[in-house]
Amino acid sequence: MRKKAQPVTLNHNPLLKRELPAWRARLVLVGLLGCSVALVARAAWLQGFNNEFLQAKGESRYSRVLEVPATRGRITDRNGDILAISTPVRSIWAIPSDARLSPADARALAALLDMNVADLNARLSSARDFVYLRRQLSPEQAERVAALKLPGIHQQQEYRRYYPGGETVAHLLGFTGVDDRGQEGIELAFDQRLAGKSGSRRVIKDRRGEIIEDVESIRLPRDGEDIALSIDGKIQYLAYTALRDTMQKHKAKAGAVVVLDARTGEVLALANAPTYNPNNRANLTGAQLRNRVITDTFEPGSTMKPFIAALALERGKVRPDTQIDTQQGRITFGRHTISDTSRHGLLSVAEIVQKSSNVGSVKMAMEFSPDEMWAFYDALGFGSPLGLGFPGEAAGRLRAPRTWRPVEQATMSYGHGLSTTLIQIARGYLAFARDGELLPVSLTRMEGLPKAGKRVISPETAREMRTILEMASGPGGTAPRAQIAGYRVAGKTGTAHKLEGGRYTTKYVSSYVGFAPVSSPRLIVAVMIDEPTAGQHYGGAVAAPVFARITESALRALGVAPDAPLAPLQLARPTHGGEASAAREAM
Amino acid sequence: MIRLDAFFLALTVASALGVVAAQHQSRKLFSELEREQARARGLEVEWGQLQLEQSTWAAHARVERMARDTLGMRTPASGQMIVVEPGR
Repeated sequence: MRKKAQPVTLNHNPLLKRELPAWRARLVLVGLLGCSVALVARAAWLQGFNNEFLQAKGESRYSRVLEVPATRGRITDRNGDILAISTPVRSIWAIPSDARLSPADARALAALLDMNVADLNARLSSARDFVYLRRQLSPEQAERVAALKLPGIHQQQEYRRYYPGGETVAHLLGFTGVDDRGQEGIELAFDQRLAGKSGSRRVIKDRRGEIIEDVESIRLPRDGEDIALSIDGKIQYLAYTALRDTMQKHKAKAGAVVVLDARTGEVLALANAPTYNPNNRANLTGAQLRNRVITDTFEPGSTMKPFIAALALERGKVRPDTQIDTQQGRITFGRHTISDTSRHGLLSVAEIVQKSSNVGSVKMAMEFSPDEMWAFYDALGFGSPLGLGFPGEAAGRLRAPRTWRPVEQATMSYGHGLSTTLIQIARGYLAFARDGELLPVSLTRMEGLPKAGKRVISPETAREMRTILEMASGPGGTAPRAQIAGYRVAGKTGTAHKLEGGRYTTKYVSSYVGFAPVSSPRLIVAVMIDEPTAGQHYGGAVAAPVFARITESALRALGVAPDAPLAPLQLARPTHGGEASAAREAM
Repeated sequence: MIRLDAFFLALTVASALGVVAAQHQSRKLFSELEREQARARGLEVEWGQLQLEQSTWAAHARVERMARDTLGMRTPASGQMIVVEPGR
C-alpha cells in the first residue's frame, strides 16, 4: 500500500507509517502480563501461603529469646533460720588478645579483683582465648569492675551457695557443685525439690534494647522449693560445740551426736566431727566428709542391752526385780568365754542393765530362740534403713536368725556381732521414751504431732524400762556423769571394742544413748565417740558428759519444765506474790 | 452516598489512630512492667543477701563469743535459778 508523499516531520515520519505486524505488540503485552502475573504469584506465595520463613527472618531482626533464671531453694532450720541460700555472684573473664590495659588500668583492676598486678598481667598475656580472672565475685565488686569499662574484660552471672552455719551443720546439709546441683547430704537428697528450673521467653526489643512486647513464654521458670529441716539451729550448735570440745579433750578420732524429738521423731540436731567448712572446700578429706550418724555403722555394744531386757520383761520371762545369777562375770559357750568387767553374783534385771552385765544379758537372751530375738530387733528397725532418703544411708547388719550360732546370739544381746547406725539406736530408744511406740524419723519439719507409731513393747514395759534406765544413769550405775541439774535423765552407756580385720582390738567406741526428762521424755540424745585415746574410754566417762551438756542446755533452750530439784531449789509462785522473797532466798 | 463514605472514612481514620495510640500505651506500660519486674528480682536478690548477712551476724558461735567475752555473761549455776511455775 502506498500513499501520497508528505513533508517529513517527526509526526509524519514515513518510517512510522509502516504498519507493524499486530502479533508483535501482542507478544510484548503477553510477555509483560506474564511477568506481572509471576510477580503477583510470587508475592502471594511469600505473603500468603509460605509466610513463615520471611516472618521468622523478620522477627529475628528484633525478637530475642531470653533465659529466665530460676533460683535454688533455701534450706532453713525449723525456726526459719537460713542454713543454705543461693545468691548471685559474677565471674570476671577476659579475652587476652582484646584486653590491652594501660598500667594504671591494670592496677585498678587488680585492686578490685584483690589480685596482685603481676598475676593479673600473667593471666592476660596467656595464649588462650578465654581466661577467668576471678570467679564468684560479689555483685557490688563486679559493678565497679564494669564501671572501669575496660576492653576485653567481661562478666557472667552465676549462683553461689552459702552456708551461714559453716562447719556446724556441714554433714547434714552437704553441698552443691559449681553447677548449683546437690552433691552430698540434704542438697543431694532433696535436689529435685530444691533445684529451680530456668525458663525462657521470646520478646521484642526496640532499638534501644528495651523489651517492648512479650511474644510468648516458651517455658515458665520454676524457682526451687524452700525446705525446712527439722533441725533446731540452737540445739545443733550446742551439740556440735559439745562434740568438738570432747573430741579435743579425749583426743578422739571421730565423733557423732544425734538429737531426736521424742514427741515427733524429728531430728533436732545431727553433728559430726571431724568436720569441714562447706563455704571453703579446699583440701577436703574423706574422713571429714563422713556422716557418721547416718552412713556409718558400728557395733553398738552395751547400748543394746536395754532392748534384750525389754524383750524379757515384755514376754513375762522376768520382772525388774527377778534375780539372775551372773556367775561371777563368766559364762562359756564351747571354747568362747564371755566375761564382765566387774564380778557380781546375783543381780536383778534392773541391776544387770544398771551395772551393764554381759553375762546377765546373755542369760536373758538365751531364754529366746534366735527367731524371736531377730524378730524383736527387726521390729526395732535394726538391719534395715530408716528410709530417710539421705544419700548413702546405711542399713546396719543383722544376720538372718538361722545362721546364728549360740555364741553369736549371746554376743548380740550386748551389741556385738551386729552393726547399726547411731540414728537407728537413737530411734530404738523412742520405744522406751514413748511408751512403747516407734515413730518414723524425719529430717524435715513436720506439721503437728504424728499419728500413732508402731508399737513394739507395751506401755508397762516401757515405763519399767524408763525406771531401769534412770537407775543406770544414777548413783551405782555406769553413767552418773550423765546427770544434769533440774531434770531426771535415763540412758545407757556403751563401750565396744573395735573390729579391725575380723579381730577385736584395744581401740574403743564409747557411746551413750539417753533421754530426758524421764517424767515426760522430750529429747533422745545419742552420742558416739570413736577411739578416745586420752586415757579414758568408757562410755560413762567419755560419752555421758557430752550427753549431759547437750541435754541440759537443749532442754533449757526449749523451755522444758524441770522435773527434778535444782539444788537448792527455789520455787516462786506468782499467786503468792513470793517471787521477790524467793529470789532473795536464792541469792 | 458520598456523605456515608466520608463518615466511614473518618471512622476508619479515627480507629487507626486509636490503634496506634493503644499500641503505644501498651508498650509503655509493658516496659514499665518489665522495669518493675526487674526491680522485684533485684529486691529478691537483695533480700537473700540480707538474710545471709543477718544469719552471719546472728550465728550462734558469734553470739556466744560476744556474750562470754565482750559482755562477760555466763550460764547460771543450778542454785542461782528460780523456776517460775505457771499461776493456777
